[in-house]
Amino acid sequence: MVWNEKAECMSREEKEKLQIKLLKEAIEKAYNNVPFYKKRFDEAGVGPEDLQSLEDIEKFPFTTKADLRETYPFGMFAVPEDEIVEIHSTSGTTGKPTVSGYTKKDLDIWAEVTARAIDMAGGTKKDRIQNCYGYGLFTGGLGIHHGGYKLGATVIPISAGNTKRQIEIMKDFQSTILTCTPSYALYLAESIEKEGISIEELGLKSGIFGAEMWTEEMRDELENRLGITAVNIYGLTELMGPGVANECMVKKGLHIADDHFYPEIIDSKTKETLPEGEKGELVLTTLTREGMPVIRFRTKDITSLNYDKCDCGRTTVRMSRITGRTDDMLKVRGVIVFPSQIERAILKIEGLTPNYQIIVTRPEYLDEIEVQVEATPSLFSDEMKEMEAIERKIANKIHKEIGLRVNVSLVESESLPRSEGKAVRVIDKRNFD
Amino acid sequence: MKIQQISVFIENKEGRLKKAIDVLSKAGINIRALSIADTSKFGILRLIVSDNKKAKEALESNKFVVKENDVLVVEIPDHPDGLNTILGYLDDDKINVEYIYAFVSNKTDEAIVVMKLENIEEGMKALKEHNAKILTLEDIKNL
Repeated sequence: MVWNEKAECMSREEKEKLQIKLLKEAIEKAYNNVPFYKKRFDEAGVGPEDLQSLEDIEKFPFTTKADLRETYPFGMFAVPEDEIVEIHSTSGTTGKPTVSGYTKKDLDIWAEVTARAIDMAGGTKKDRIQNCYGYGLFTGGLGIHHGGYKLGATVIPISAGNTKRQIEIMKDFQSTILTCTPSYALYLAESIEKEGISIEELGLKSGIFGAEMWTEEMRDELENRLGITAVNIYGLTELMGPGVANECMVKKGLHIADDHFYPEIIDSKTKETLPEGEKGELVLTTLTREGMPVIRFRTKDITSLNYDKCDCGRTTVRMSRITGRTDDMLKVRGVIVFPSQIERAILKIEGLTPNYQIIVTRPEYLDEIEVQVEATPSLFSDEMKEMEAIERKIANKIHKEIGLRVNVSLVESESLPRSEGKAVRVIDKRNFD
Repeated sequence: MKIQQISVFIENKEGRLKKAIDVLSKAGINIRALSIADTSKFGILRLIVSDNKKAKEALESNKFVVKENDVLVVEIPDHPDGLNTILGYLDDDKINVEYIYAFVSNKTDEAIVVMKLENIEEGMKALKEHNAKILTLEDIKNL
């Protein structure tokens, strides 16, 4: 059942031996072939010879998204351009896009790790994967595609959008595995229900959802409504794409492909490495990447690591579900709030759908949070006092979760924007200039 | 007898009330009585209509959240103490009124009141004991 037993189940000692060997090679390659790294390492007074143990990685400088932007487009490539066979890029929603280049071997490794991910979700060569991640420069679509192909499964490269057709194909082709963002999976579930199709008419057994943050409550919702096992996939374009880590059926953390990616957790303020189990910012280093080695990339994703052997038999290190990003963390009246906390509170209330939007404003000098949720028949009453009680109940649940009072607004059903990719949950209207 | 009222959730946004009424009009629904309870953020549109099933379907297919619930429709004697007398019957039996709204018909001189009671069965009993006229579906159709 384990796709690559040797790599995924080797002892920690063996793994560390392998990692130190690969890490040395990666540092050397970066230093010798990428001018950016040579300059960075020289400035920090470190060189490849300073890496003798895994802990020595802490001496090396971090790579940030800003660094990748500065070297846009091809400044981080470590091989002659004719060896690059595929290029991907971020959408650049928060600034200049960052580019990722792959050699043939890189693509093979990418396929290998996504094949492991699909295998972890119970996928085999017999499965039909309906891949609704967008195809194109975004890594989601082709990443899963390469992995499904490697696994020998049938990939349905339907890409994102056109929900009516998605449902038609899902039913007619009897797709068994669904891959998309969790918010789109929810939208699909809603649309399936609306078309009067029962989940028994579909062949779905599991879903591999990622590219945005989601909660355990959202998992329950998706599993119930689609009749599937839903697992969490993690990855980022800068490192490779999806497949860096994935949950197995035990659903207790995401297995990092740690023979290809070396993880650390740091305190994002002091930048010091944190011990196992502590929550902090995930930092990743590519161990085997040829086209574009990335050393100590600050992901801004908040998680913790667990090195215990998993019940599934895999020994690869597991990261906990991402609970926030250092940059989507909202600071409201001095209190740190993550959208995922609000989602958790909302989903504790019977009848509420996980379609919500958080609007932060500063009308005078004080921040205010408005949480908009959609009214549903079970959350609607002809009596005003009932309606007020419903809003109060939601506000109280959120208060319990984040420690702040929020204004809850019920809005009309299906009036909040639905996304086919990453959902926009937070609208920050405060002016900090 | 109890009458089914339909309630519609209306966000306090430009054009939403018009949209709901428009949907009903296009579906050929006749509105017998209506009231709106509102806050700064949303309103609850309550309606007595000619065809509940059709109205509900039309509204729901236009993404409105709709609920049906029981109300009493009562004829109020047309004199200054009319409503007071009727409310007195309920008050004597400690039956709470959640809300009421009134409308008039051109076929009768009486005023007509829609009542949502905390305990509708008890309310019906109290009103019947005093021979208040509770309208039936048929009566409403003929208004």
